[in-house]
Amino acid sequence: MRSGVLLAAAVLGLAITAARAAQDKQNFTIIERGRYLALLGDCAACHTEPGSGQAFAGGRPIETPFGTVLAPNITPDRDTGIGAWTDDEFVDALQKGVGRGGVHLYPAMPYTYYTRATREDVLAIRAYLATVAPVRHAVVSNQLPFPFDIRASMLAWNRLFFSPGRLAPTPAKSAEWNRGAYLVEGLAHCGMCHTPKNFLGGDETSQHLKGNVVQGWYAPDITDDARRGLGGWSVDDIVAYLRSGHNRIAAASGPMAEEVTRSSAQMDESDLRAIAVYLKDQPGGEEHAAPLAVDDARMRTGSAIYADECSACHTPNGGGIAGLFPALNGAPAVQSADPTSLIRVVLQGAQSAATPAAPTGPAMPQFAWLLDNAKVASVITYIRNAWGNAAPPVSIERVAAERHRLSRRAD
Amino acid sequence: MPRKLPGKDVVIIGLGWTGSILAHELTAAGLDVVAIERGPWRDTATDFPPSYAPDELRYRLHHELFLRPAQSTLTFRNNPSQTALPIRTWGAFMLGNGAGGAGVHWNAETWRFLPTDFTLRSHLTQRYGAAFLPEDMTIQDWGVTYDELEPYYDRFEHLCGTSGTAGNLRGVIQEGGNPFEGPRSRAYPTPAQKQPFSHTLFAQAAREMGYKPFPQPSGNLSQAYTNPLGVTLGPCTYCGFCEWFGCGNYSKASPQTTILPVLVRQPNFEARTECEVTRILLDSTGKRATGVVYADTSGEEWEQPADIVLLCAFSIFNVWLLMLSGIGERYDPQTGRGHIGRNFSHQTVSSAIGFFDRRKFNFNPFIASGAIGMCIDEFNGDNFDHSKLGFVGGGYMGQVQSNGRPMETTPVPPGTPLWGPEWKRAIRDNYLSTVFAGAGVHGSCYSYRGNYLDLDPTYRDRFGRPLLRLTMDLHENELKMSAFLTDRYAEIIQRMGATQVVKQPRKGPYSIVDYQTSHICGGAIMGSDPGSSAVNPWLQSWDVPNLFVFGMSAFPQNAGYNPTNTVAALAFRTAEAIRTQYLKNPGPLVHA
Repeated sequence: MRSGVLLAAAVLGLAITAARAAQDKQNFTIIERGRYLALLGDCAACHTEPGSGQAFAGGRPIETPFGTVLAPNITPDRDTGIGAWTDDEFVDALQKGVGRGGVHLYPAMPYTYYTRATREDVLAIRAYLATVAPVRHAVVSNQLPFPFDIRASMLAWNRLFFSPGRLAPTPAKSAEWNRGAYLVEGLAHCGMCHTPKNFLGGDETSQHLKGNVVQGWYAPDITDDARRGLGGWSVDDIVAYLRSGHNRIAAASGPMAEEVTRSSAQMDESDLRAIAVYLKDQPGGEEHAAPLAVDDARMRTGSAIYADECSACHTPNGGGIAGLFPALNGAPAVQSADPTSLIRVVLQGAQSAATPAAPTGPAMPQFAWLLDNAKVASVITYIRNAWGNAAPPVSIERVAAERHRLSRRAD
Repeated sequence: MPRKLPGKDVVIIGLGWTGSILAHELTAAGLDVVAIERGPWRDTATDFPPSYAPDELRYRLHHELFLRPAQSTLTFRNNPSQTALPIRTWGAFMLGNGAGGAGVHWNAETWRFLPTDFTLRSHLTQRYGAAFLPEDMTIQDWGVTYDELEPYYDRFEHLCGTSGTAGNLRGVIQEGGNPFEGPRSRAYPTPAQKQPFSHTLFAQAAREMGYKPFPQPSGNLSQAYTNPLGVTLGPCTYCGFCEWFGCGNYSKASPQTTILPVLVRQPNFEARTECEVTRILLDSTGKRATGVVYADTSGEEWEQPADIVLLCAFSIFNVWLLMLSGIGERYDPQTGRGHIGRNFSHQTVSSAIGFFDRRKFNFNPFIASGAIGMCIDEFNGDNFDHSKLGFVGGGYMGQVQSNGRPMETTPVPPGTPLWGPEWKRAIRDNYLSTVFAGAGVHGSCYSYRGNYLDLDPTYRDRFGRPLLRLTMDLHENELKMSAFLTDRYAEIIQRMGATQVVKQPRKGPYSIVDYQTSHICGGAIMGSDPGSSAVNPWLQSWDVPNLFVFGMSAFPQNAGYNPTNTVAALAFRTAEAIRTQYLKNPGPLVHA
């Protein structure tokens, strides 16, 4: 553990520098760095209520499997924000999940990831947040039902699922890979959405980044899995996707469109490449899917529906149009283990991300009015098993359940 | 009393092609721009997705995309001896509404006018003498030349990704293109669309007859294209649902597929839809516009002050708003005085139906696009000698059949009953083997003293405003032209191998019921002389210099082409003049 000790010493040294710097209210370098780090961490996404025009003033409901949590106000307002917090309190919140006065945070706040960020980086974020407009906006975060509303329960949860501490470098890997690891496992908190959760909401660490349902969407496998993950994507493909929301294969929609427009579209090129390099090095799963037979009744029906309703944009061979209509042929999103997003996109349609690099923002129309559950099941089963694709069929019941769930969602 | 809103730099009336172009150019220049649009907001996936965009009953027959006459209409008569009546169902032309305007439902034919079209009166007078023109023909020069407009044609074509084959590249005639076109600085951004069988056959016949056929320039794209704004369009699928329809595939150039995605991201742009401008406000001198008044759907009236007012509504509504706002002098056909309402014009469309042996010819007419087609330009403008013909003007002609939509594609030979089993059998027999291009001959329509717009003395709209009144008839010049052009067209159809050709030249009187094109123009025409035009060559009002009037209302007469490229080029040219000249020194860009 020699390197660990050294790392701790190094962190301590940096911490002193950062603490001193943070008090310097016009330390442009640190504030600017903090702005960028807050963008990497996508703090504004949760801590700003959409449409409120009040950045970081909190109030946005965050869905969890256990109920809703409202993101708190993190502007420098002393009474309702974090203006009165000490630096250590701020660092503890991000690195230990413990807020002011020893209050346990809920892991809707990704402290399980932010704990990997260095104290220096955390304090830079703090320095930046101290400069934003203070907003007086009291938010009662805890909207959870009994027994989840008892914050002390997080003590036990943390013991089970939280491993605090910085990330030790992996010397065998490149600096770029290590930067990618620091971002993916830390501030960028990719696993928050993309890693499956157990029944208590903790990460299934054995299934790291292998896909997870969140906010009624399936955040797909982002390992190097050949079929379901990024195996068919180059580093450039991943960078283009994170930068613009689009690449030759896919289009970001749902929560990922929000992530792209608010966060990754504005990241440095070197950080996007680092993320891509790291993700490409995450091992995928075993290949065991076999396509359904072409004469399967669902495939025949699905093929006919595809020709009528889908092929005009996605093209007859599922190749799509780069930057406009996602490819289905070979696409991981189509062959995902969980079809939640596919069903949702077909039923409800989807607006793709519009970014400075790709301002078109094409949208998928909805088909809930046109295709009944059996037809939706057939056409999705078809695209999951045509053109060399292979993935389990989607049942009519699964579509029916999703249609019911969507009817109860506000979004 | 309208409630007054905070002022803006620019207020745009109407968010169609010209409104979108101007909004984008001026927000990019840092101005605070608000567009006020009478109709709804429209997006591809939510308003005309491929799952129901190709609905002929809904859009073609029930006119879903168009302005509802119950909201706004005009009255019509052929001549002053008649009493004009309100139009209650659109017929001769369609009037767009909503974000994207007519750019949503156009066919996307993206033509440039001929260089001589812009200097029409001087050119024809020089070639044939002043006495050659009918006494009451009021055609004029535009005050802008083709060469001045060329860079802006180029900009619009590259905004749209127009698919075509260049015919004249910087003065060098190109094989396979239109040899009559003015010199273009660049080739089309994408290659011409593929052509269906009958279109190819037309080109072959035309070539055999010594003509130079070329593909119609198309805004339905042959391949995916990303324009200079970074917006991507998809390739056309040849579904044949373009004109009267929105394109569900992002493959027809429209404000939605080229500009609006970028425009809506501008923080200094705002669109207010479902809001109808009722008048333009002037200050006490009458020489300066101070903004507009508009009404929302609740009937609330709002005053939007602005430093610059851009009138970007459809042509006749531009003219109407000018009249209702007391801007410029209204045209009086008796005295010839005044310019607002003068030189209304439309188009002289005709065709010939070609019936072919169905055992030998299968044209699969449903494989098409709005701007597909093989055309010839030998009989357009003054590309041919008129001296022995007794008329002026012309048009392009071609196999431009844009669809095989079943409700309207009902070609039957003469003598077939109008209904019943025989009619059905005739359609079945002829559907696949007929050349049935509604606008095979796209003729010009020149302007006359007696064709004009004014305010109706009887009928008023829901705000109590008098309706616009259209007085319009076809003149002998256009009827002669149509007969001549239709004969030439029919010869080519015959040469293709038709067993029967039915000529359909345009006949008078002008019909407000039969659809021709939606290219109604004039009424606020441009020119270099304030004594004979409403706006100067920068589309700036001679009377109110902070008011610019865009669109076909500026055309002194109509050429034998579709107008959108020219409308857009004029808009780009004025946008540049506002940015580079007007903003530095607000006032008249031309001193009369």
